[in-house]
Amino acid sequence: MSSRVLSYEEKDTWIHRLSGVTKLIFFLLWSITSMISYDTRVLLVMLTCSIIILRASKTKWKQVGTVFKFIMLFLSINIIAIFLFAPYQGTKIYGTQTIIIHLIGQYSLTWEQLFYEMNIIIKYLTVIPAVFMFIVATNPSEFAASLNRIGVSYYVGYSVAIALRYIPDVQDDYAKIKHAQEARGIEMSGKAKFMDRIRSTSAIIFPLVFSSMDRIDVVSNAMQLRGFGKYKKRTWYSGKKLGRNDYLVLAFTLVFCTAALIITFRNGSRFYNPFH
Amino acid sequence: MAEPVIEFHDFSFKYRAQTEPTLKHINLNIFPGEKILIIGPSGSGKSTLAHCINGLVPFAFSGEITGTYRIHGQDPAELGIFGLNKMVGTVLQDTDGQFIGLTVAEDIAFALENDRVEQAEMIRRVEEVADQVDVRSLLHHAPGELSGGQKQRVSMAGVMVDNVGILLFDEPLANLDPATGKKAIDLIDHIQKDRGATVLIIEHRLEDALYREVDRIILVGDGQIVADKKPEDLLSTNLLAEQGIREPLYLSALRHAGCEIRPETHPENIGKMDLAPYQEAVRKWFNEVELPVVEVKKKAELEVMDLDFSYLAGCPVLEKIRFRINKGEMISIVGKNGAGKSTLASLICGFMQPDRGTIQLNGSDIAQQSIKERGEKIGFVMQNPNQMISKSMIYDEVALGLQVRGTTEDEVQERVFRTLKTCGLYAFRNWPISALSFGQKKRVTIASILVLEPEILILDEPTAGQDYRHYTEIMEFLKKLNEESGITILMITHDMHLMLEYTDRAIVIADGHLLADDTPANVLTNEKIANLAYLKKTSLYDLARRCGIADTSEFVNRFIYFERQIRTLEAE
Repeated sequence: MSSRVLSYEEKDTWIHRLSGVTKLIFFLLWSITSMISYDTRVLLVMLTCSIIILRASKTKWKQVGTVFKFIMLFLSINIIAIFLFAPYQGTKIYGTQTIIIHLIGQYSLTWEQLFYEMNIIIKYLTVIPAVFMFIVATNPSEFAASLNRIGVSYYVGYSVAIALRYIPDVQDDYAKIKHAQEARGIEMSGKAKFMDRIRSTSAIIFPLVFSSMDRIDVVSNAMQLRGFGKYKKRTWYSGKKLGRNDYLVLAFTLVFCTAALIITFRNGSRFYNPFH
Repeated sequence: MAEPVIEFHDFSFKYRAQTEPTLKHINLNIFPGEKILIIGPSGSGKSTLAHCINGLVPFAFSGEITGTYRIHGQDPAELGIFGLNKMVGTVLQDTDGQFIGLTVAEDIAFALENDRVEQAEMIRRVEEVADQVDVRSLLHHAPGELSGGQKQRVSMAGVMVDNVGILLFDEPLANLDPATGKKAIDLIDHIQKDRGATVLIIEHRLEDALYREVDRIILVGDGQIVADKKPEDLLSTNLLAEQGIREPLYLSALRHAGCEIRPETHPENIGKMDLAPYQEAVRKWFNEVELPVVEVKKKAELEVMDLDFSYLAGCPVLEKIRFRINKGEMISIVGKNGAGKSTLASLICGFMQPDRGTIQLNGSDIAQQSIKERGEKIGFVMQNPNQMISKSMIYDEVALGLQVRGTTEDEVQERVFRTLKTCGLYAFRNWPISALSFGQKKRVTIASILVLEPEILILDEPTAGQDYRHYTEIMEFLKKLNEESGITILMITHDMHLMLEYTDRAIVIADGHLLADDTPANVLTNEKIANLAYLKKTSLYDLARRCGIADTSEFVNRFIYFERQIRTLEAE
């Protein structure tokens, strides 16, 4: 079996063994904290933890590599855009202006701006491993069960789980359709002009959408025939009870995030200011 | 007599979107513990009848019901689809699509989860039922790791886990190779005997479904029940042929020999049938049929030499595959599901690259040619026409391949019209594709390839899921195409009738190896090959043997030839 991008893979690590609820709560609190805080010290500690966690979940580069590159591309665009639209945001925040070099017109590069944008990069880098860990180490059905347990309707969780169930099938369909259309002469490779490629994509997308609709028909009938939606609640075959490790992780997350926010806000603002 | 579990009384049903009722005045009683086979051509209403029993009609597909029906003496309108679920378990036709869970265990547990069964109890019951259908060792596998037969067994477990009294199988053989299909019928038989369940099987492959005894056959035609008889009684009539259902081959052979089938000889099973009254006639017929001399086609067109392929190093999918296809031949590539048949086609079309070996077209190696370049000489038609059609109008769909090649509009029109005429679609040229039947859509996809004027046409499962009438329609069309334009046709299939009746030669692949390259009649009368390739020996073999005819392969050839003569006469 080939590794599929960004999908759950069963491995035996302590992270995989944690309940989906725990991972979900950790992921949410962790992301919120790193989004709120601009305290560089806090962020650096969190970044280190994130990397350790990703390592511990034994995530391989080929599972997340493509997506990581994509995120990096958007991050770069984001960073440049911030500089173009608000070149003195750092000065505004930290109250000083230390010019490194004057660029052009009203644009100067300042240490404050660099520091501010570096904080943004660290924030991203802190959240990304948590996202990856959550996606590749959480069994989708167990995740659906977790969502249900914290009060979300099981329809929502199951929609996610069923989508994940059919992603490989749709990917196979895509490859099959693409090949057949290529054999008819519809060029999809880099040889074709960009606009032609866009146009030929419709020769794949339409058949793919229609055959996927057939699939949806079958599966929704199959689900109904087996009693899906009969009651407000349902039980879960792969649901996990919270264990000792779950409570430890939850306690750690809670304590850590509270501490992080206290440290962040102690000086009255979200920012850590090294320029004073 | 016991109370019926299912009763229909003057029952009619009309789908909301249709003007005519699909089911008309159905009267039917089914009793506890019975095993019933429901047969009928596509569009006869047999599936609708099944949907009425499991509640998809009217709860998922709405419409208008007149007359009455009862399941376990209760009114389905009051039970609702969930109430019916507790009594009727359904195994759908699509082994892949109905697999809901991410693993086998979760899929089996699905109904229990919806019923709020406690986890510990659930695990116990899943294991118990997994043992019954022999998937215990697969409990943690994902659907992608299972074969079609295994998926079907998981689906069976998924309905059995609910302890339903009625089991409904919707075309259980449609997606399975012959040997796996035989096992499925065996398993259904076991389950029925074990649990004393009432079993309904919907199929149009009568001979395969009759591999194990059934109590009654209900023949549905044009929304009505045409016959409700014991198998031996029904098989002695001409009703099957009238409804476009293919009767078992050995019975066709007996009729060709001029025999009148009588119920007391047990025509439902060739193994148990009393052939004494027929043997003489069969031998006489065998000696009278004379085969014409066939011209041998031997101009090599496609040569596959020592092809190896694997997705993962060390797990070969194909090994040392070597065969030759001559110009103008009609060939079948057969073998069990997952044996590597489709992979072989993908290698020929250039969708994937072989690890070793060469493929030659008209004497030159095509390794360097792109998919597109190969596509001009080797056309590929997918199994499901819906996966190929990307335009809404027939003309546009057929023209697409020419237009992207930059052919002038005049020439495009000329070639498209010519192709549409060949394919019998010219009258429909301005129709939207959505108005066509499945068989016609299939023709559109074939036309969209033929318009490129390939030398070889590869078709993946050209007749999968088709009833006898549509099967004959598609295959006769391909045969005519082959005879008239001389195009070489290569078909990937596990339909043994197709391979017997329409191909000159069968290339048999089993577990990645070339097992045989021989006439279909030889392949299907050879027990060893049939077993290894998950094919099933044809019943004609048993008939020939039991009538004392030693050359079983020759018997099969004469039968096919004779049938073909009749069909040609009928066509004229």
